[in-house]
Amino acid sequence: MEFEIPKMSAALPEMFVLGMACLILVIDLFLTDKNRIITYLLAQATLVGAAIASLGYQFGSPEIAFNGSFIRDAMGDTLKVFIYLSVFVVFLYSRSYLQARNLFRGEFFVLGLFGVLGMMIMVSAHSLLTLYLGLELLSLSMYALVAMNRDSSYSSEAAMKYFVLGALASGMLLYGMSMLYGVTGSLELSQISAGVATAGAGNMVLVFGLVFTVVGLAFKLGAVPFHMWVPDVYHGSPTAVTVYIGSAPKIAAFAMVMRLLVDGLEGLQEHWQGMLVILAILSLALGNITAIAQTNIKRMLAYSTIAHVGYLLLGVLSGSDSGYASAMFYTIVYALMSLGGFGMIMLLSRTGFEADRLDDFKGLNERSPWFAFMMLILMFSMAGVPVFLGFWAKLSVLSAVVEAEMVWLAAVAVVFSIIGAFYYLRVVKLMYFDKPEDNTPIDSEFDVRVMLSANSLAILVLGLFPGALMSLCVNAFAL
Amino acid sequence: MADNMQNIYLTVALAPLVGAIVAGLFGRFISRSVAHTVTIAGVAVSAALSLYVFKHIVIDGGEPFNGAVYTWMVSDGVRFEVGFLVDSLTAMMMVVVTWVSLMVHIYTIGYMHDDPGYKRFFSYISLFTFSMLMLVMSNNFMQLFFGWEAVGLVSYLLIGFWYKRPTAIFANLKAFLVNRVGDFGFLLGIAAVLMYFNSLDYADVFSAAPMMADMTIQVIPGVEWSLMTVICILLFIGAMGKSAQVPLHVWLPDSMEGPTPISALIHAATMVTAGIFMVARMSPLYELSTTALTVVLVVGSITALFMGILGIIQNDIKRVVAYSTLSQLGYMTVALGASAYAAGVFHLMTHAFFKALLFLAAGSVIIGMHHEQDIRKMGGIKKYMPITYWTMLIGSLALIGFPGFAGFFSKDAIIEAVHLSQTPGAGFAYFAVLVGVFITAFYSFRMFFLVFHGEERMDKHAREHLHETPWVVTGPLIALAVPSVVVGAIFIGPMLFGDFFNGAIFVSPERDVLGKLGENFHGWFAFILHGLATPALYLAMAGVGAAWFLYMKRPDIPEMIKARAGVVYTVLEHKYGFDDFNDKVVAAGSRALGRLLWQVGDVKLIDGFVVNGTAKGVGWLSAVIKHIQTGFLYHYAFAMFVGLFALIALFVF
Amino acid sequence: MIALSDYLILAAILFGISVAGIFLNRKNIIVLLMSIELMLLAVNINFIAFSHYLGDIAGQVFVFFILTVAAAEAAIGLAILVVLFRNKHTINVEDLDSLKG
Repeated sequence: MEFEIPKMSAALPEMFVLGMACLILVIDLFLTDKNRIITYLLAQATLVGAAIASLGYQFGSPEIAFNGSFIRDAMGDTLKVFIYLSVFVVFLYSRSYLQARNLFRGEFFVLGLFGVLGMMIMVSAHSLLTLYLGLELLSLSMYALVAMNRDSSYSSEAAMKYFVLGALASGMLLYGMSMLYGVTGSLELSQISAGVATAGAGNMVLVFGLVFTVVGLAFKLGAVPFHMWVPDVYHGSPTAVTVYIGSAPKIAAFAMVMRLLVDGLEGLQEHWQGMLVILAILSLALGNITAIAQTNIKRMLAYSTIAHVGYLLLGVLSGSDSGYASAMFYTIVYALMSLGGFGMIMLLSRTGFEADRLDDFKGLNERSPWFAFMMLILMFSMAGVPVFLGFWAKLSVLSAVVEAEMVWLAAVAVVFSIIGAFYYLRVVKLMYFDKPEDNTPIDSEFDVRVMLSANSLAILVLGLFPGALMSLCVNAFAL
Repeated sequence: MADNMQNIYLTVALAPLVGAIVAGLFGRFISRSVAHTVTIAGVAVSAALSLYVFKHIVIDGGEPFNGAVYTWMVSDGVRFEVGFLVDSLTAMMMVVVTWVSLMVHIYTIGYMHDDPGYKRFFSYISLFTFSMLMLVMSNNFMQLFFGWEAVGLVSYLLIGFWYKRPTAIFANLKAFLVNRVGDFGFLLGIAAVLMYFNSLDYADVFSAAPMMADMTIQVIPGVEWSLMTVICILLFIGAMGKSAQVPLHVWLPDSMEGPTPISALIHAATMVTAGIFMVARMSPLYELSTTALTVVLVVGSITALFMGILGIIQNDIKRVVAYSTLSQLGYMTVALGASAYAAGVFHLMTHAFFKALLFLAAGSVIIGMHHEQDIRKMGGIKKYMPITYWTMLIGSLALIGFPGFAGFFSKDAIIEAVHLSQTPGAGFAYFAVLVGVFITAFYSFRMFFLVFHGEERMDKHAREHLHETPWVVTGPLIALAVPSVVVGAIFIGPMLFGDFFNGAIFVSPERDVLGKLGENFHGWFAFILHGLATPALYLAMAGVGAAWFLYMKRPDIPEMIKARAGVVYTVLEHKYGFDDFNDKVVAAGSRALGRLLWQVGDVKLIDGFVVNGTAKGVGWLSAVIKHIQTGFLYHYAFAMFVGLFALIALFVF
Repeated sequence: MIALSDYLILAAILFGISVAGIFLNRKNIIVLLMSIELMLLAVNINFIAFSHYLGDIAGQVFVFFILTVAAAEAAIGLAILVVLFRNKHTINVEDLDSLKG
């Protein structure tokens, strides 16, 4: 028997993040609360280092390592960089928010980093086993993060719900995986793909497994009817955790969809396309309609997330490279907008006050015209008003759907996005035309203000020049 | 070198934008002098570099530049780009735009001195310069349209600059509405180009155009139209709006409600000539459709003649110049219709200088008269404002085509070209432009004599304060007077009969009137001598003479004519009834229709049923669906199982 | 000889029991945690059965990982349960309804 050293270099960023996360875990033990900032800085440094590792050492063609259970390719690298970026922004927004609530503890950053590692593994998974492990690493970190505020009954209720439903979903996903394994005889995605081709798309057990798999994925994304956890968890978590859950994990979930459905089960496209159509329509309808009745902006954004997932699925289900690219574009754009939206809530919150009701945005223009304008950019972009980034994301997804000759589906999506525009524009109306309820000046930290402005302006500027980001996504599928 | 030039082109376009942004967005933080220094510096950089570009392209014979600077997006193989096409035509336009703009910037320091919107104004005119440069430097239809709308936008902003005057607001609205009509045609034209050529790039479209020459389309079933004719006429409708051709001219006289520097820059020298420029740029398309050229020719000649006549009865100094602008734009359009694109563009250039001069001089008079604009209340100003007087005289002589002055060369070339043209309608056009010469001379000098000569009709108070304007006003006048004299003689040879526009303007051989004209061209001096033997010069002299006789010698005669020729005068007074027609029929009709649709369609059907009904329905639905989210974990899990089993039922069995 | 389908049916039944346990149980959250464990065990049986009949060891390796993860999951689940009990003084599923709508 020959002992072969696996190609470690392919997983260099993952190993770096793992090492740093463990290191920070230990270092944090020796820090007093006064020096806790070191944990924060180290965590940020880890993300920067990981970005350097991902960008600095690239392969020309997809590289498969660890006996076929790990892949590094252009799509993965691009998505990972956006994951680092999102989490970096999340940590930055969270620092002062957590400090004000006595939540500024090492766990947040360590769990956040382990979550990042889980996402990276999901993105780079090339076998059912790695996919599952990455998913669980991420999920377990998030369960703990949601419950981080130990004194809040909302938080612990949200955590409990998330945990039970999440475990249930991974149970279903596993059940589906076991079926796929049984039919194709392998855990590795490329061999599963070959196995599917041999078994044929008509194989009933395979389709049975596929349904369970799709349910597991839909849960992770938050597609209707597997979305029930989303509003409660977004609402119940500390906003710092909500912004974490609402951004980067969506990118990872998108990657998981691509790995499983496209890399592994492309042979079953005729089946999963139909399933995704149903999920997408339900998500668009329920997300957009229910958001209207919300009074809590975190819940409203949670329902808007559900609607956005519907669009994302539209891109995936169109089943072409341009469709995948548009879905990827949508995911990244969504993550950026979501960061800004929740960031804005954290900006307006202060010690002992959570600005998570819609009414808290009333008259923002009088309190701070600049940030009212930033929020306006975010809302317009989410609503898909032309020129803003969100518009291009919707447009690219819809054109992919039209290309796939499902014009009716595009029409349905347009109708629901018009309904959806209503609740985004209501926020704008509240900010500009209503009187403020409280006139406390906004006293957030300088770095948060700068980052939030940069975040919103990026959406405006990238909206004016969508070519760069779009070509990045197209190139990810060009190989 | 190519890279280097690309950076220069970018700088030319962006320098005014930087100025506009600084003065516009940071206006609160900077002083007035910083605002005008920054914007003038930006435009000055553009102007200097434009000269360099002109030298590079025209004098050194450098390669025309055609390339994308930035690809905005690619959709279905159609590239939406920001790109530059810089050839001799563009280079000339760049020089005209930036220099006139520079002069106007400097002049504005004096004119707007006491205005509270000083910084805003500078920001707008710099923004305008940027937009206009983007328009002329574009290498594709999309950017052309962007520039087109952007100059329009700034123009509306500036017409309504004094937004507290109701007349300014009305003029603003009128300009906006009339231009919408034109833009609608223009947009349809661009859409047709995109549809049939599947590209927005000039070079692609022009090279593919000859293949499409015989293509016909059916817009109305059963009626075959030539594709080229449809595209050209649609594009020309856009030009009619922007370049104020009959019947879309009504906004231009009213636009005089804006500050005078704007009238000079936008409504005389640059923006209104965008339509002329566009048609010249599209010459490869227009050459393929005789029908379209005829339309252009006839519309141009009607504008040239009838708008000139209206200039005779105007009493507002700026409106006289405005009607003269309309008439001169008509001349340019006539030249385009006669396939003498080069002559049209040549007239565009000379006109830009002398008309900007006339407007700025008129503005100088207005400053001197403390914002009095009625020429009946002026007279004998010559001795108070000598510099204004002489520069105005130069401008007027250039306008009427006095031999040797810039306007003489360009106008005579147009008249001769129309004379030779075989395009249907050329006979009428020739008549119109010849009569137009007399009329131009008549109203120009009527105004000139009434303002500067004769008895002093202003009140005592005004006379006491009457004096020459400061150097920031007179400086630009002198600077514009120079080209108004010499630019014609210098450029007539190369521009009209040389190879100046080779590669930029395309004329099919059988319509090449300028080529025929060029066979008898022996230098600018010979052209003057030849001009002495044509009726145009004598008609112009007669016009000046008549103006002198009627308004200086026997001012009672015009009064008598006015009294006798009641009907004619009324018709003229009402500007042929275009405005009344628009007000009473178009506007009233659309208001009535609008009210009908509003009351029946909108209030009852759309608002009552569709919008409010839908909003209510959705709101109700939302409140109901909200209750699905019960908060109970087992319901959530149950929903998941229902979903799971539904999917299994649908896809497995 | 026990056929593959027998194992699969057993696993399916276990899976069904756990599903029923999750949405029929309205009292104790701990029962939910037990049901989840049961669901994972059902999956494990599937994997081992397939692994055995395919003659491929990877399925059994997967099972080890699932067991490990399940242990970690149980730890976190119970930790959350403790926090929840501290805040709400109840572990009744029906009382978890403050977040809704």
